[in-house]
Amino acid sequence: MKNLLRYIITRTLLTIPMILILVSLVFVVLRIMPGDPVKAMLGAHAPPEVIAQKREELGLNKPIIIQYFEYLGQLVRLDLGRSMILQQDVTQPIKEKLPATLELTLVGLLFTLLIGVPLGAYAASKRRSGRDFGIRLYGNVVYCIPVFWMGLMLQLIFGVWLNWLPIAGRTSARTFVSMFERTGFYLIDTLLIGDFGAFTDVLLHLVLPSLTLGIVISGVFVRLTRSNMLDVLKTDYVLAARARGIPERKVVYRHALKNALIPVLTMMGLQFALLLAGAILTESTFSWPGMGRLLVQRIYLRDYPTIQGVIVVYAFMVSIISLVVDLIYALIDPRVKY
Amino acid sequence: MSAEVKSSSERNIRARFSPAGILGKPFRGLILVSRKYGAEWWIMIAGALIVSFMIIVAVFPAVFAPYGPLDQEAGGQLMPPQPGYPFGTDNLHRDVLSRVIFGARTILGVAFAAAILSSAIGIPLGLLSGFVGGILDRILSLIMDSVYSFPGLILAIAFAAMLGPGVVNITLAVAVIYIPTYFRMVRGQTLSIREEVYVEAARAIGARRWVILLQYIFPNVIASVVVIFSINIADAILTEAALSYIGLGLPAGIPDWGMDLSMGKKFLPSGTWWMITFPGAAISLLALGFTMLGEGLAEILNPRLLER
Amino acid sequence: MSETMQQTAEPVLEIRNLSIDYPISIGTVGAVEKVSFDLYKGEALGLVGESGCGKSTLGLSILKLVRPPGKITGGQILYKGRDIVSMRDRQILKLRGQNIAMAFQNPLTSLNPLFRIDRQFLETIHQHEPGINKSEALKLAEAILEELGIEPSRLYEYPHQLSGGMRQRIMLGLGLIMNPDIIVADEPTTSLDVIVEAGFIDLLNRLRGRYNLSILLITHNLGLVAEIADRVAVMYAGKIVEIGGADKIFHDPLHPYTYGLINCVPNIRLDQEELVTMPGNPPDLVNPPAGCRFSPRCPKVMDICRVQEPELKAPAAVQGTGQLSDQTSGAGSDTARRVTACWLYQVKGAE
Repeated sequence: MKNLLRYIITRTLLTIPMILILVSLVFVVLRIMPGDPVKAMLGAHAPPEVIAQKREELGLNKPIIIQYFEYLGQLVRLDLGRSMILQQDVTQPIKEKLPATLELTLVGLLFTLLIGVPLGAYAASKRRSGRDFGIRLYGNVVYCIPVFWMGLMLQLIFGVWLNWLPIAGRTSARTFVSMFERTGFYLIDTLLIGDFGAFTDVLLHLVLPSLTLGIVISGVFVRLTRSNMLDVLKTDYVLAARARGIPERKVVYRHALKNALIPVLTMMGLQFALLLAGAILTESTFSWPGMGRLLVQRIYLRDYPTIQGVIVVYAFMVSIISLVVDLIYALIDPRVKY
Repeated sequence: MSAEVKSSSERNIRARFSPAGILGKPFRGLILVSRKYGAEWWIMIAGALIVSFMIIVAVFPAVFAPYGPLDQEAGGQLMPPQPGYPFGTDNLHRDVLSRVIFGARTILGVAFAAAILSSAIGIPLGLLSGFVGGILDRILSLIMDSVYSFPGLILAIAFAAMLGPGVVNITLAVAVIYIPTYFRMVRGQTLSIREEVYVEAARAIGARRWVILLQYIFPNVIASVVVIFSINIADAILTEAALSYIGLGLPAGIPDWGMDLSMGKKFLPSGTWWMITFPGAAISLLALGFTMLGEGLAEILNPRLLER
Repeated sequence: MSETMQQTAEPVLEIRNLSIDYPISIGTVGAVEKVSFDLYKGEALGLVGESGCGKSTLGLSILKLVRPPGKITGGQILYKGRDIVSMRDRQILKLRGQNIAMAFQNPLTSLNPLFRIDRQFLETIHQHEPGINKSEALKLAEAILEELGIEPSRLYEYPHQLSGGMRQRIMLGLGLIMNPDIIVADEPTTSLDVIVEAGFIDLLNRLRGRYNLSILLITHNLGLVAEIADRVAVMYAGKIVEIGGADKIFHDPLHPYTYGLINCVPNIRLDQEELVTMPGNPPDLVNPPAGCRFSPRCPKVMDICRVQEPELKAPAAVQGTGQLSDQTSGAGSDTARRVTACWLYQVKGAE
């Protein structure tokens, strides 16, 4: 137990330098890159005194080191700055939009696993067969499909041609009006007030965008699961289980899969980053009111503080997820010696 | 030996009754060859074919395209695919096929340039870090690992947003996110090769460090680099398309598949499928080609003696 | 050395002309080539040979566990008269673990690390006796653990928490839990230290006497064979070269390979100057040598050896003149019958 505690603490502490580096990278990108944000804000033709005054106001005249530490200080206080363009605290829109992105990403992850893992396991059990080859082909092809094109095609087929599913937004207009936001996760919120009609509506709106994410990233899991399963199926304990008369299907899905899933768990952490990135594009495609779309919109508006804030939040999320996955892995595998 | 006779006749029987056997002799020849070389060869060949085709199209677009990419008088507006306009036309009367053909040049250009840039920075850094070790290695590794774990697209978006539109900026934005990939792989290989006995031997006879680096470590690393390069390009293609889809890409004058997709999106609800389908399929095909090339190469460069 | 000869003349396993091939990218490996021998009820048969001679493959094939792309390409494996090779999957599953069991070499990797020991037992029991309820099954498991000298409380632990010797005994227990007739043990003591190995040998002998178990012991460890086996079959390059009673094989080996094998083991008591070795390397099984497979390395090789492969037969009686007669020396009971595949003991051109 003591060892476990030590590992948890060490691993958690390790997250700090990682976040620091990422956050600093963002700072560097936004300050040292060419292009003057103030000019962009006020227009290139604004009189120089106005520009200078704005710079003073924004604290952009202080030495870069001072700006850096101010920036870090703000972050520690969870203050992401202020958007000059829209006159609001950066944290506000982010807080509003974050649940939308998370909901999309998590359901997307669910689809990814539901599609990828069983396909990978099946392919491994039918190794070298036509089905195996077909599944592997699927895995490789699907990763090369741009997630936004997948989204557009799904919209076309299921939204426009078949008219089965909605193609934009989190809810229909009617539900939107009566929406009661508690957690920000609409699936939960609608259940909380027992509005099953709204729940269904939200669910339907979730299907296409998360399916898009799910399909495109599933390829990675197909390959990983298959590869792990192949390794596990070669092990001595699988052979021993077969020798005891355990039927093949139980051997594959009971004995082998459990062992094969452990690396899949760690991969989930890495893939979460991919999912977040894909979510940005998916949000644009489906007009999904999440952080990704916020990011894109603010880029148009040249709202640098918000852009910076969003990216910092992404960096945080990725680091935390990676930490959580590592900790879960340490807890799950009884062999891990910490 | 009886064993051999048995298995070759077994092979014959299998060949006779398999679909390939029924289809005829040329197929049988193909199957035998692929059994010798494995499916990986064919994957690589297929990838190489796709890539070569696309490169030819990109280099000689005028040969293939009936109209110019910016020609706003090619035909009617929003015409579905039909004779004369196999991919249809867009909302500005431009021929989609021509735009797809000319767009190949754009995307390939950016992807190649980005990949070359990434490798030019990542590989030397990796070699240096792995070979020299010490605190330099620690710091560089920490930085590279952090960047690597961060979703590349988001970083690219940040860079592109800051740098502004333009071909050069886009290339830079895409290039940055792959540096850690090269770095990590090269560093890892350098570390393991460094410990090999033949490097020790070279040092023992007094070879200078940079000689060791160039003559021993570099050639071994090259094989893996080629594979990563190919896959890098595939990824760069997808990233570039994503950036221009969001609107961070190139000015309107340059034909670009991602931009076409974002334009086509507006007309989707009315069922205008051709503006989206063809550019998107082109992106996928190109990315697939490079991926297949890279992965096929990877399998071949690590020869396996026994069947898998 | 085993003294008890409680064997009946009834074979529980008959292997006839078994061949197993492995197709690989450069050709086909003839891992096992027309092998025949019997295993009698209650006996311990040692199958010995160097690494790569095909003995492990042979052991796996008995339960049709040969890893693809390897496959059985000919012959029969008769268990109580029924041919295993032609059995369907469902029938084989019934045999596995119930009538014929296997124990493997490395007990750490042979036990699923994520499953508790009791779970592994319960699953096996439940597979073969679906009607049984959990507490009865647990009692069975506890009984066998006791038999093996392990605390029943160990059932609730994970494999990595047990010692190597304990794991190997659990492995044995999992094999014996359904009271099989035959247990095929593939290098069971290779990963154990000598003291644990001695304990394991005692255990095996005891169990054998108690349950009249037949053991096929596959190993390259001649000392182990000497301790347990009643009979020994020697394998080389996929073929059986000699079979005989353990005593006879060790004291009077016929086949030159057997002779070399036995004399390779240095004797701690004798004053040995040099290690006896056999020159050469095991043959390429994709293109094995013509004639007798051992001929390239045989110190007593004759011309015919390189041309024609000898069959496994009882050795011809040696006349007073040193010539071989047509009659075979039919000495001893059936079960201690000696056979060898060597031209030194066969009349050339016969049959």
